[in-house]
Order: sequence, then structure tokens, then C-alpha cells
Amino acid sequence: MITVLQPGLLTTLQDEGRLGYQKYGVPVAGAMDSLALHTANLLAGNDMGEACLEITGLGPTLRFETPVAFALSGGEFSPTLDGVPLEMNRAYSAPKGSVLQVGACKGGFRCYLAVNGGFDVPLVMNSRSTYLKGAFGGFQGRAIQKGDTLPLREPQFWLNAMDKRSASYPLPEGVPVIHVIMGPQDDCFSSRGKRTFLQKEYTLGQSCDRMGYRLEGPAIERSEGFDGNILSDGVAMGSVQVPDGTPLIMMADRQTTGGYGKIATVASFDLPVLAQCRPGDRITFAAITTEEAHQEMAKRRRALSALRDALEMPPGLW
Amino acid sequence: MGNVRFLPCGDQAVTVEWGSTIDEHINRQVHAFARKVEELSHPAITEVVPTYRSATVHYRPEVLSYEELKQLLLSLTQGGPEETEELPVVEIPVCYGGEYGPDLEEVAQHCSLTPEEVIARHTAPTYRIYMLGFTPGFPYLGGMDPSIAAPRRKEPRIHIPAGSVGIAGEQTGVYPIVSPGGWQLIGRTPLRLFDPQREQPILLSAGAGIRFVPIDEETFRKMEEKEGKRA
Repeated sequence: MITVLQPGLLTTLQDEGRLGYQKYGVPVAGAMDSLALHTANLLAGNDMGEACLEITGLGPTLRFETPVAFALSGGEFSPTLDGVPLEMNRAYSAPKGSVLQVGACKGGFRCYLAVNGGFDVPLVMNSRSTYLKGAFGGFQGRAIQKGDTLPLREPQFWLNAMDKRSASYPLPEGVPVIHVIMGPQDDCFSSRGKRTFLQKEYTLGQSCDRMGYRLEGPAIERSEGFDGNILSDGVAMGSVQVPDGTPLIMMADRQTTGGYGKIATVASFDLPVLAQCRPGDRITFAAITTEEAHQEMAKRRRALSALRDALEMPPGLW
Repeated sequence: MGNVRFLPCGDQAVTVEWGSTIDEHINRQVHAFARKVEELSHPAITEVVPTYRSATVHYRPEVLSYEELKQLLLSLTQGGPEETEELPVVEIPVCYGGEYGPDLEEVAQHCSLTPEEVIARHTAPTYRIYMLGFTPGFPYLGGMDPSIAAPRRKEPRIHIPAGSVGIAGEQTGVYPIVSPGGWQLIGRTPLRLFDPQREQPILLSAGAGIRFVPIDEETFRKMEEKEGKRA
């Protein structure tokens, strides 16, 4: 069990999301940064898709009432365990009664706390992800609050090769290039509009949250006769709608369908980069093909498999 | 099944599109296709989301490349007839007017009808559920009598209770969860269209039909109590 001493800015349980219910209008939710979720879980000795605490901007302070191995991955926070500084992307053992202060975010925007064995909350529609707007899933359908006690499932305190359980997590630097696949409705925008989208810089606005990122920047010109609206159709994470001239990117808590034309979709390997951006950050877009996106994702999967194999290796073979 | 367009929706989804209008014939093709995709239970396909005129298929590129997926989906759009069997029809009990339908009088006035006539025309047709979206379990319905069409409210409500039945333009619908919205509210159903804890969280399915059945306040309260206990 874990007691919440301070909840942080926005801390919710998230896994890989609620798949299979979009046809009923149920949003997928799930981790904003799946790469950090997967990395944290592997380091903590879990399956990659186990539910973690998604931590945003300012981290929580938690007391471990049970001895447990854990790891933090993703954005650069300033964690301490009983006052001793910890590294990000490394597994540690927390003794009973120890206090983890995740601290403030110094780079990126979100990190994930994985505890060995996972959090013992019920599956709702096959997922432990919190859907905030619908108030279901995760821990009581909401962000954690001071005084909550989060139940754990049979955690281990010590894992294989404990001192070597670390990984690298590259954070975006400068003005990141977000790769997109054009469409499904890029024909609703003029050639000039598409050039604006791919050549100009955009800034994340103040309303950037788990539902979507509103960007500020030059307006994207539409095709003649197109008013921006389409007959509602399916959306994906990373769909770039253009409701009023500037991009709105659909993120984890997006609706399942939408009525604005979508100029492009962010490639899945770059969604973690976007998840680590915060209001005020600048980005640019570059178009790639579906095949190129698949190749990048394959590289990512190979890297995660290699990490998992390395962590499972008997200590003598390191 | 006519000409379809394949529109990549990122690197893990593709939208298969039949047209760009609200059309029952097109929508039947969409749902027949979605059902065929589901019946395949292909390990590469994670889910399929049917809408008015297209279906978005979410897939795992590590199992099937985009070209292979496209060929597979194309084969499912060919040959087979559109959905022909009679749709299952779900009856939705509705208490019209009063505190449950605060805008019924206004809608009646706008349409130069009595509230009773609005209710009669709203309960007459069998509506087709073209798609679910907007919120969990929200049905986009087709088939409303245009003589009871009414514009959206100038001031949207911040809090519309779950189960509210409304009209907006030539559309009618039911709000499954508490939401903000600008629809004219003419009644409310005691049924829970969405309950995340229930074995079948969503009551309605796209492609099916629904009919509204008028009930009185006493019946509403009794049914609401029963629904509450089940949750």
C-alpha cells in the first residue's frame, strides 16, 4: 500500500488505454507517453503495459507502507527517497515507511512511477486507465488526493540485478520536429495551407491537457469551399484537427470521433516527444510516409525488447 | 459495396470511407463492413470504429503492413451484400415535459404544435443509430420528423442530466452522462445508457434502431429506482 502525503499537480493511474470500446464512444485514455510507461514498467520488473502513476509538472509525495521495488521514467523530475537524491530511469528498493518525493519537473513535462507487481485497482472495461471527464477507471475515476491509500498487488522488494536496472530516455531538445503522416483530410487544405503547416513554427497554448493540445501560430489556409467542418468520423491519438485555422492535436483523453477536418496525424513514435512538451514550448512539423513511421516504431520495439532481455539476464552474465 | 477510399489516419489506423453524406444505404455498408472486420478476429486489428460514412480500423503494424492490411480490408468491401436483416429495436421509455423536459413547451410553440403533438411525432418513428460518439454511449440518430425540428438554445446549459432527450435542428438524441450542451430538452429516460460498472457498459449499438415510448412520472420514478439498484 502507498499513502499519498501530497498529490502533486495532476497524478493519475494510466496503462496502455481502454482498447475495443471506441465504437461505443468510450475514449481510450491511457498514458500520454507510452515509451516512458513501458520503460518504467520494464525497470520495475513488470509487463510493459502495467498501470503506472502518470505524474505531470509537479510530482507527488508518497509513503511506501509496504517494501517495494519501483522506478521513475520519462521527464526529468528531482526525486528523493527519505531525502537521498535518486536518478530517473533507474530501479530502486523502497523500505517500509520510506517517503518518495518526486519533486518538481526540470525537463520534459511528465514521468511515470511503476511499482513492482502493479497497483491493485479493478479493471474497468479491460483497463486501469483513469478517464477524468467520465470519472471512471484508475483510482476511483479521479486524480489521486492527499490521504488516499493506493493498494498494491504482491510487490517484490528486490529484483534481478538491482544495481544495473537502468535505461536511457532521450528528452526532446531545442525546437523538436514532430513527424506527421498527412491526411486523412489534407485535401481540405490548400497547397499554401499545407506549406504553412509544414514550414512554420507553432507554440503550445495554455489549453494543452490530456484531451488535446491547442497550438498558436500562423493560420492554415483551407481549400476553396471548405468551412473546416466534416461529417464526424474516427480520430486517432495525434490527429491534427484545424478547428479555427490553427492546429489542435488530439491526445490520450480525446473523443472517439470528431467533426473538424484533420490535416495530418502525428506519427506514433513522436507522440512521447509531444507528451513531454508543455505550454509555451515551440514545435515544427515534418511529413513522412506511413512506411517510414512503421520503421521507426520497429526500432523502438527492438530497443524495448533488448532492454527487457538485458534486465532478465541472470546476474553472472552481465 | 461500391467505391471506397483508404485514408491513413496515422501509422496505426486507416479510415475506410464510402461517401461524405448522411445516407442510410452508405451507413448500412459501413456497419456490414465493421461486422465483417470484427468477425475476422485478426491479431493485427485492435478495433474498428464505424461512423456515418466510414469505418476507422486501428491496427498493429508489427503484425501486418499497411499494404497487406489494405488488401485484406479491400477484400471485405467486395462481394458481400450490405446489411439486409431487420435491425434490433431498443425501446427507450421517456417521461416528456415538466421538470424532465423543460423545453417541450418552447419546442411546441416554435413548431406551432401542442406539446402532445410533439410527443406523438417524436415517438412515432423508429430511429436508426448511425454511430456512437461525443461521449460514451451517445447515439447519433436519423429519422426525426422534420416538423418538430427546433434550433439549439441560445444559452447552452452547463449541466444536462444523464438520460435527457433533446432536439437540435433536425437531430434528436439522448445524453448518456451528465454533459454541457445546447439541445432543447423535451424529456428524460430513466434507463442508464452508460454504466461503466455494468457487464454491458453501453446499452445501445450503432446500426441498431430505437423507439421512444412515453411514460408518466410515477413509472419514471419506479424505473429509475430499479436502474439505480442495479448499478
